[in-house]
Amino acid sequence: MLSHPRKTLMIVSVATLLGSAQSAMADTTIRVMRVEISQVEKDYYAEIAREFEKSHPGVTIELDYLSNEAYKSKLPTLLQSDQRPDIFYSWGGEALKEKVEAGFVKDLTAAMQDGWQARFPDSAIDAFTIDGKIYGAPLYVTEVGLWTNTALTEKAGVDVDAIDTWQDFLDAVTTLKKAGVTPIVVGAKDGWPMHFYWGSLATRLAGQQGFKTAKAGEGEGFAAPPFVQAGEKLKQLADLEPFQPGFMATTYERASGMFGDGKAAFHLMGDWDYLPSKQRSVSGEGVPDEDLRFISFPSVEGGQGNEATFGGLNGWAVTHDAPEMAVTFLKSLLSLENQREAAKRGIFVPIVKGAEKALATPYGRKVARDIEQASYHQIFLDHDLGVSVGATVNDISTDIAQGVTSPQEAAERVEEAWQFR
Amino acid sequence: MITSSYSPSGWRHRLRRGRASGRLSAVLLLLPPALILFSLFVILPLADAAYYSLFDWNGYAAPSDFVGAQNYQRLLGHSIFHTALWNTAQLVIVSLLVQLPLALGLALLIYRKTPTNALFRLVFFLPYILAEVAAGLIWSFVFDGEYGVTAQLFHALDMESVYILAERQWAFAAIMTVIVWKYFGFHMMIYIAALQGVPKDLVEAARLEGAGPWQIARHVQVPMIKHAIVVSVFFALIGSLQIFDIIIPLTNGGPSNSTHTIVTYLYTFGLTRLKIGFGSAAAIFLFVIAMLIAFFYQRHTTAKEGT
Repeated sequence: MLSHPRKTLMIVSVATLLGSAQSAMADTTIRVMRVEISQVEKDYYAEIAREFEKSHPGVTIELDYLSNEAYKSKLPTLLQSDQRPDIFYSWGGEALKEKVEAGFVKDLTAAMQDGWQARFPDSAIDAFTIDGKIYGAPLYVTEVGLWTNTALTEKAGVDVDAIDTWQDFLDAVTTLKKAGVTPIVVGAKDGWPMHFYWGSLATRLAGQQGFKTAKAGEGEGFAAPPFVQAGEKLKQLADLEPFQPGFMATTYERASGMFGDGKAAFHLMGDWDYLPSKQRSVSGEGVPDEDLRFISFPSVEGGQGNEATFGGLNGWAVTHDAPEMAVTFLKSLLSLENQREAAKRGIFVPIVKGAEKALATPYGRKVARDIEQASYHQIFLDHDLGVSVGATVNDISTDIAQGVTSPQEAAERVEEAWQFR
Repeated sequence: MITSSYSPSGWRHRLRRGRASGRLSAVLLLLPPALILFSLFVILPLADAAYYSLFDWNGYAAPSDFVGAQNYQRLLGHSIFHTALWNTAQLVIVSLLVQLPLALGLALLIYRKTPTNALFRLVFFLPYILAEVAAGLIWSFVFDGEYGVTAQLFHALDMESVYILAERQWAFAAIMTVIVWKYFGFHMMIYIAALQGVPKDLVEAARLEGAGPWQIARHVQVPMIKHAIVVSVFFALIGSLQIFDIIIPLTNGGPSNSTHTIVTYLYTFGLTRLKIGFGSAAAIFLFVIAMLIAFFYQRHTTAKEGT
């Protein structure tokens, strides 16, 4: 529903549009919609938009932000109305596929030629490719790893560098517990932070091929052995009672702050948690950089995806009837210079090749290096498999962690959700 | 009530009388707006939901994937839906057996108009004025195992703190506590208003006959405010079916989907997962339950009034 100020604003803007149309050439307004972000990132987009408006007279860029949940629930309705944005923030995978199948998304395959596509790594383009056509342009990449407080691990006598396999990790957890240190914080109330465990383990065990087979419905699908084993490994961890007390009532934000306060040795989270964790800590400083490490998720013996990374791949899609200028703007938004600028300001880990060199922190540089060396980047399961299956994965992950479901049953529930998606 | 005047001649007679007094024109003038609004905003969405519930639909484009009764089959076979039904039933039971007696008891204590009673009334009514989400958030801090009131209580007793909202067996009990706390004041107000309408001489007469306060309440006051109790029971029933916005900030349906009601269930599994068809099936199910309750309630109360 339109609120009154919006309505008035619309009438005013329509009126000005009509007025100016007589004097100048037809104006183009490009509406960009994104999930709510930090002020630093908003300023970054605002600057780019202003630059673009300067070099393209008659073009106005409107930037709109919606909170995460509102964005997910409002976008379907918005896309069907004539209020739809021209460019919208998007994840790859099943979430994008639904929109493509409904005919809302512009095919960018042709526009991607003339060197645009070459800016990005293939794995990033893959995530936005559906049936051989490209429907989106990647913006940045995130990786899930273990944020580690080395002050605590050293206190307990755990050598972080020696953590290589899942067993090493379990041993480290046991040692930490014995030393009276809470091994892990997790914001399990939100579900998805716990899905990082199951998702990372499934990525390690199944690998790209395993996910492909499961999605194609071959064999047992998501009830196949690698996915059952992912649950078993998570259960091994949960049996050690490694999490902070009351972890099922802890949100991601709280967990992130707790890690910043030095309440636990590990926090399995995306690389984006670097600044938020500091800001959410009591001191505002978080874990000092000299005690802070970001280590890769441990490998799993016999796994097919030990060379893979797990994380997000976020980008932009263009709606089907957006003006050509929208694509032009998107190209300029994703230019090497702009990506480098984002890296320099520490906003995100850029995806355009060569931009990562500008990254300010060693953590960002590690992510960029990991992504470059990875054989495959598994994107978050709620993006890759769709919201419904993703939510089921969140559910089974927390269920396993609480011991209320068996790994076998958990995998079957994922398969069932996939079939009914 | 109405059934007695449904003989054809009586109807014609009424019509004639109505026309003479201009009542018919009033009906013709005033009924359509209400009727149109009602069909537009109640009947039509309902019919839409019933239609969508036959499709596997994610909310994009028009529904096209007809699945028949499959959504209903999945709904009835879903263990979390069973939990949601049981939780809703528990809410009904607690509302009727704990909340209403509590409200009645307090109303009997403070229905007289005195300054102290006014203060108590205000305090007891306060929770009802609070927005549901705000109340949920406040209580989520109370139940917090780290910094909450309960945590401090446990620490004071030198015991290990309990994270109530993270425990599958306690989370819903905690929610029910909050709901009773939130709504008893509303029912209490209904009773107070009704009790103030009970003729004073009846109470006085009972007292002169030697009845104690308990007997007066039991044999004079409660029978006299029966109509108010009937209304509040109806509110409590329908209210229990609709509980949603308190649960979301408290547990969001967790831990592991153990604290859903029918409404949070349909929100979580229908709307947030973009399974609009499935959510519609749940909504239709809820509507049928509400209809059944309304139907039996109506029959029950009209039957009683008739005797």
